[in-house]
Amino acid sequence: MTAHSAATRRPFKPSWLARLGWALVILYAIYAVSALDISWSRFVDGLGNGAKFIGELFPPNFDRWKLLVENLLETVEIAVIASAFGIFLSLPIGLLAARNLMPPWATWPARTIICICRSFHPVIFAILFVKAVGFGPMAGILTLVFASIGFIGKLFAEAIEEISLKPVEACKAAGAPFMSVLIYAVMPQVLNRFIGFATYQFDANIRNSTMVGIVGAGGIGGTLFAAFQRYDYDFLCAILLSIIGLIMVSEFLAVRIKGVFND
Amino acid sequence: MTKHYEWERFTPAQRMARFAIYLGAVIALVMSMRTVEVIPEFLYDAPEQIVDLFTRMWPLDTAHYAVGVHDALIETLNIASLGTVLALFMAFPVGLMAANNITKVPALNWFAKLILVSSRSVNSLVWAILFVAIFGPGALAGTVAIGFRSIGFCGKLLAEALEECNPGPIEALKAAGAPWPTIIIKGYWPQVAPAFWGITLFRWDINVRESSVIGLVGAGGIGVALDTSLNLFNWDQVSLILLCIFTIVIAAEVFVTKIRERII
Amino acid sequence: MNNQNNNGNGGDTPRSLIVKDVVKEYVAGKPVLKGISFEVTGRSTVAIIGPSGTGKSTLLRCINRLIEPTGGEIHVAGQDITKLSGTELRHARHYIGMVFQEFNLVERLSVIENVLCGRLGFTPVWRAWLRKYHQTDIDRAYELIEKVGLGDFVTARADSLSGGQRQRVGIARAVMQNPDIIMADEPTSSLDPKTSVEIMELLNEFSRVQDIPLIINIHDVNLAKRFADRIIGMSKGHVVFDGKPDELQDSHLKEIYGGEDWLA
Repeated sequence: MTAHSAATRRPFKPSWLARLGWALVILYAIYAVSALDISWSRFVDGLGNGAKFIGELFPPNFDRWKLLVENLLETVEIAVIASAFGIFLSLPIGLLAARNLMPPWATWPARTIICICRSFHPVIFAILFVKAVGFGPMAGILTLVFASIGFIGKLFAEAIEEISLKPVEACKAAGAPFMSVLIYAVMPQVLNRFIGFATYQFDANIRNSTMVGIVGAGGIGGTLFAAFQRYDYDFLCAILLSIIGLIMVSEFLAVRIKGVFND
Repeated sequence: MTKHYEWERFTPAQRMARFAIYLGAVIALVMSMRTVEVIPEFLYDAPEQIVDLFTRMWPLDTAHYAVGVHDALIETLNIASLGTVLALFMAFPVGLMAANNITKVPALNWFAKLILVSSRSVNSLVWAILFVAIFGPGALAGTVAIGFRSIGFCGKLLAEALEECNPGPIEALKAAGAPWPTIIIKGYWPQVAPAFWGITLFRWDINVRESSVIGLVGAGGIGVALDTSLNLFNWDQVSLILLCIFTIVIAAEVFVTKIRERII
Repeated sequence: MNNQNNNGNGGDTPRSLIVKDVVKEYVAGKPVLKGISFEVTGRSTVAIIGPSGTGKSTLLRCINRLIEPTGGEIHVAGQDITKLSGTELRHARHYIGMVFQEFNLVERLSVIENVLCGRLGFTPVWRAWLRKYHQTDIDRAYELIEKVGLGDFVTARADSLSGGQRQRVGIARAVMQNPDIIMADEPTSSLDPKTSVEIMELLNEFSRVQDIPLIINIHDVNLAKRFADRIIGMSKGHVVFDGKPDELQDSHLKEIYGGEDWLA
């Protein structure tokens, strides 16, 4: 019989670490609210504005549907082209960045490229490309190519670094050239995941291309921002609804495509 | 006579499906390239423009940091953090509603999933625009925008984690006659807690990136400084700001990786 | 640790179970349970034997309505459980203890928290959340943990225990409810032979001390014969044998399980 006297029957010692954590979170929230100059009155005013705003959003106005559809199409085109080139480029770049396969003189530049592409929000790239190649979809395409390389490249490199090297060893022992080693030993292990990343990025590109237009890089973002600045809120609502619709369709497609390749 | 075995990697139906997708992708690509409007003159101009850009961006205007940048960076981090905290409080109930093993009413599931999809489909920049219209320019709009955008992300991953929970302990708690809030606290929460914190950290990392640009539409943070410098064509300030953004994004990522290693 | 204070959920005859013509159809027209009837009163150990798929688990889960019976009546401690709704059902479940084949513990919680889960039906939600259980509950939990031989593991995490140890925690949890009857759904199927015997002994011991009926689903006929006062044999959805263990002949077993090779 172990000695558990009545006095020591307190199995739930308060976890001071957890309590400290929660206290910090609450203190931080209070600090942040004041640092950001968020006052209750502003919030309440905003709610009033919000109600008015929502009133002006509905009913959505589809009169300018031709413009809407044109720009939506441009958005999709930007996403498709950018995804194609982005996926195509991230395959070699991701391979080059894998530290278990490649020597440092290949991995360092590749990893730096991927790092830079990932760290900046696509909008920043969009601004720079608008300066470089002018307004229009070209800037948008280039932006999303870089964004794709950043995303797919990183995940692909990580996937390659997680593979078992035994098939690689076996192929090399059989005297296979490097490309064959890649095709037979590496790719079968990572191809499914690569396709998963590619479809995810296509979906992400559709979302992103709706937004790069805000800075002039083509697509429906420009129409959206223009409607906003002109206080055309009912048209704005129509645009938002079509964007949501477009993304739901693309998500559905992405799931189906993954299903076909995931045998 | 030798017997020949036939082996096919894919059934005919699967091959058709894969081929259809490849074909579809190629057609989409070709059609897009033909219809997209690219102005050739701009394209030829591009190398020159890029060189010009880089010349103007170097050297960095470091003096500008103390004046315009430092406070804005702190504000960006605050927007990202507060926005994430806000999102967690909103995403938890929506995630519960969307999980089909917790909420058995299909209409509610559907409604919750609709909220999550809408939150994810609207870009944080667009959310920022909307909230700037409602709350006026400044960090309030930014924080709420980040919060609303993050609900979809956190809620979806949370719902997926909840649906993957082991039903055994839940059954045991039901058999003991526990009320449903207790079942959620004692049955589901211990199972999803590590996933929940992982999702939070992940989203905070992304939110730091997002917060740094929503200022471009007036929602506070370093994006405002960026917008100002861009409008004044002070490219050396722009490059300084970009470097600062790069630094806090990398710092945030290192921070998150370190914490993940300790918790998970 | 007598059960005298507990007169059940207000029914007339505590410590009794009456099952009358219970029918369960998962698919319309193909009933799994085709009219099961039996009665259990007072302290006894009843073993239900039968092949896999014959509906033993379904029957047990119909008794506490984790699965809804399609027809028939079930009276637990004098109350017709098939007629209860929502909160009443939840209250009724407080008095039915259940032990599971896969233990169904909350893995990340400690042993004592898992045992206290048995009292969750009686503990307000806020107390459960903040873990401010009543001291009487905590004391009783400690006693039960000692009784099942896990006194050194009180604060150990559930997933650090072996299978046999986990099942002991499961039993302690069920007894913690102070139930009117205990049901065990194949409690020993995941355990080795020696541990199985220990668990059966433990269950019998609690049934004796608490003075309540114990209903066990079991597919090991020898264990059933050794520990039960009464055996109910099920086959193809009917009760085909109901009597004392020594009355169980090979001919009965053949009828229940079919085939002869497995009979030693």
